[in-house]
Amino acid sequence: MTTINIMLPKEITDRHQLPMHERIGYGMVALAAFLLLLGAFGGPLTASPVLYCLLTIGLSTIGGLMVILPRFRQLPGIKNNGVMTSGLTRRGLLAWMLGVAFTAFYVILYWYPEYLGSMTASVDPISWTLRGAPADRWFLYGTLYTVAVLIMGIRMLAKYRHSPYHLVRTASVMLSQLALAFVLPAILVRLHSHEFYFHYFWPLKPDYLFPSSLQALFASDDKLIVFMGFWTVMMSFIAVPVLTYFFGKRWYCSWVCGCGALAETMGDPFRQNSDKSLKAWKAERWIVHGVLVFIVLTTALIWLNSWYGGEILGSWSASWAKAYGFYIGSLFSGVIGVGFYPIMGSRVWCRFGCPQAAILGLLQKWFSRFRITTNGGQCISCGNCSTYCEMGIDVRSYAQRGVDIKRASCVGCGVCASVCPRGVLKLENQ
Amino acid sequence: MHVVVIGNGVAGVTAARTIRKRSDAKITIVSSESPHFFSRPALMYIYMGHLEFEHTKPYEDHFWRKNRIDLLHARVDAIDTTARSITMNNGSTLTYDALVLATGSRTAFYDWPGQNLRGVHGFTTLQDLAAIEASSVGARKAIVVGGGLIGVEAAEMLHARGIDVTMLVRENAYWRNVLPPEESAMIGAHLARHGIDIRYNTELRSIDGTECVRGVTLTTGETIASNMVMICTGVRPTTDLALRSGIAVQRGIVVNEFFETSAPHVYAVGDCAEQNGIVELLWYSARAHGEHVGAVICGERSPYARDVFYNSAKFFDIEYQTYGSVPAKLDGVTSIVWQHAHKDRFLRIVHRDGIVCGFNALGLRLRAEICMQWIRARTPVDVVLRDLKRANFNEEFFAWEVAV
Ligand SMILES: Cc1cc2nc3c(=O)[nH]c(=O)nc-3n(C[C@H](O)[C@H](O)[C@H](O)COP(=O)(O)OP(=O)(O)OC[C@H]3O[C@@H](n4cnc5c(N)ncnc54)[C@H](O)[C@@H]3O)c2cc1C
Ligand code: SF4
Ligand code: SF4
Repeated sequence: MTTINIMLPKEITDRHQLPMHERIGYGMVALAAFLLLLGAFGGPLTASPVLYCLLTIGLSTIGGLMVILPRFRQLPGIKNNGVMTSGLTRRGLLAWMLGVAFTAFYVILYWYPEYLGSMTASVDPISWTLRGAPADRWFLYGTLYTVAVLIMGIRMLAKYRHSPYHLVRTASVMLSQLALAFVLPAILVRLHSHEFYFHYFWPLKPDYLFPSSLQALFASDDKLIVFMGFWTVMMSFIAVPVLTYFFGKRWYCSWVCGCGALAETMGDPFRQNSDKSLKAWKAERWIVHGVLVFIVLTTALIWLNSWYGGEILGSWSASWAKAYGFYIGSLFSGVIGVGFYPIMGSRVWCRFGCPQAAILGLLQKWFSRFRITTNGGQCISCGNCSTYCEMGIDVRSYAQRGVDIKRASCVGCGVCASVCPRGVLKLENQ
Repeated sequence: MHVVVIGNGVAGVTAARTIRKRSDAKITIVSSESPHFFSRPALMYIYMGHLEFEHTKPYEDHFWRKNRIDLLHARVDAIDTTARSITMNNGSTLTYDALVLATGSRTAFYDWPGQNLRGVHGFTTLQDLAAIEASSVGARKAIVVGGGLIGVEAAEMLHARGIDVTMLVRENAYWRNVLPPEESAMIGAHLARHGIDIRYNTELRSIDGTECVRGVTLTTGETIASNMVMICTGVRPTTDLALRSGIAVQRGIVVNEFFETSAPHVYAVGDCAEQNGIVELLWYSARAHGEHVGAVICGERSPYARDVFYNSAKFFDIEYQTYGSVPAKLDGVTSIVWQHAHKDRFLRIVHRDGIVCGFNALGLRLRAEICMQWIRARTPVDVVLRDLKRANFNEEFFAWEVAV
């Protein structure tokens, strides 16, 4: 019997050497990251925050743009050439190194902030300008996050610019991250001494509905802060179901949410690494709904505790909430969610861990007009849609049977429809 | 009952799945190319690095056991239609109650001098792909012979890997034997913009070289240097096994409207079958054949009636869809054409005496159901134009203001 060589040799990338401007650009980003780390040890760099800021945030921005902007000159259209043969995008050494670096960053940020040293000085100039206060580690994190979303967002715009849906959607997440997650909270701190994110609600931010925070909001003399109380209750219980009924969960997950913003921009090069197997789908349903049950119970407990004056449950509910914060908030969403981007794809947290996504998903599946429709028998079963679905949905298994796709986890990113070479898929709110 | 299927392409696999949905028969698929079904049209995406081979398998490996479809990775060398048995290259035999031939098609070579040189490739099988991959190492320049659907895929994939491509097209415009002139011209210009060197009105005379390809000679006498030659001038149904076994073969394996061949209990479907003198070398047809033959084998003996024709493809960045009949020469039909001022977007609606009969779309997505329903129902073209919005299958925010 003839044996066949199905695993084709992986040798594409070495022949396609990176063009000079890309090499310089990547070099600048790497140098910026190195200088940022160097700042942890203090020294002359951190003595001049403006210079430190320019050499880190500034340099990486210029480097990133040097790599990305020339791509606007290429002909528009899907070009996933070499995605499966490059170590960076297909779990090679580079991907692992990047994953370890991301993970290490999160571990230090959450549990060993003392090792950040004077790194926060790098964003001091920005912090003073926006908030009128020195930067702390969360502001450092927020700034890096926003810069990543913006620069990789521009990459996203270049890559998918043949598609109006992606242009609008990407612009939306970029704006949302910049305005609602970065600038507005900073200004609120400055003017009202209260940090608030208008685009996060319970249960993604569970404490927003905890009695202590709500009472504090409603008890305030500041009208804006009272409004925040109304806003958070209204969004959690009315806007989420109504908007999801009309548009599916995508209105939030791939248009507004900050985690979605990072996944849809910085995560895009890694989206193909999500697990498509039936097993993964089973695990997903258990874990994500488990998290939802956990957070609902936690919230209920805390309210009960508060109604009974804290006597019945004692300090137990507080430690439960703390456990949630540690295991779900930090470990899952940060370390695993973002740290494992290069290995497990860009939506690990959104798919397996996010309680907001679980609620939106249940609504999407049972009470929504959103679905992905398929175009008659045009599917050639090629597998592009399933491969590039960041949520690990086996889109092809529906498309090749010509049935609509109505899955709780679909974030409506629209990439399956874009990569399909036969125009089989369409996102609709019919 | 034991149904044996030869060939695990889309035709054979669809037949097996259809039978499994309707009956408890024992089903065995024997195929030589790969142990599992994969999507043949996705081969180019493996080469370009968009997909890995695993991704092109439409079903996870546990699917087959769960659905009790036995898979054998072997070549069938003989069929005994009286004893109702097949013999495989590993010497083992199987007996069948019904046999489905779904042996597909292969690249047709037209006896060009030099066609056996190293670096000359057909492009239909996994083995072809592995050979192309081996030739690509260090290759700078390739010739693609033939300007059809597989030719353009070959050009795109080689180009994506940094190999310069020259395409030899016999007609005076791209795929002009199938497409009307406007469509041909738009695609030809698009390929040129991507840097493909297309030579119209050219034909291959010979492939030159001693052991490896060094270039080609055209019928005009002109020579072009190259490291690779891709033969994309068409495919030929794989009929040798049927022929050897005494089953009637013309261009393909001859079948009636029930997909029955000249031998009892033997059926043929997909690329290898010839029905009413026609061999349809299409994924969609192969799938429809498979569904139909599955029903026939399960006792639903209705004649196969072909639905409205449709097809689709992608020429680099231009998606193409067609429904019904749009003759290349536009004989006896009237066209209504819309073309975007500067983007690669084009729509042609064809009608005969006011009754719509076909659509061609480039860079636009049409809704298959609606277009096919209009054609089936012999809808007046004014109704189609009035309701054209219903046929829009483009993504949201896509400006669909067709100004006819
Ligand atoms: C590169 C390429 C791109 C294409 N793109 C499109 C497209 O976009 N749209 C479209 O409609 N069509 C497309 N086609 C055509 C489409 O792939 C075929 O029409 C379809 O695959 C036919 O399916 P099939 O099941 O009849 O045969 P095949 O898929 O050819 O499968 C037949 C199988 O039988 C096996 N076999 C043959 N003889 C024996 C034997 N004696 N013993 C054991 N096994 C045997 C073969 O090894 C093969 O695996 C494309 C084809 C190619 C090559
Ligand atoms: S199914 Fe499509 S739209 Fe939904 S998440 Fe997957 S790729 Fe995005
Ligand atoms: S990408 Fe399109 S053609 Fe390919 S499997 Fe998915 S729906 Fe089918």
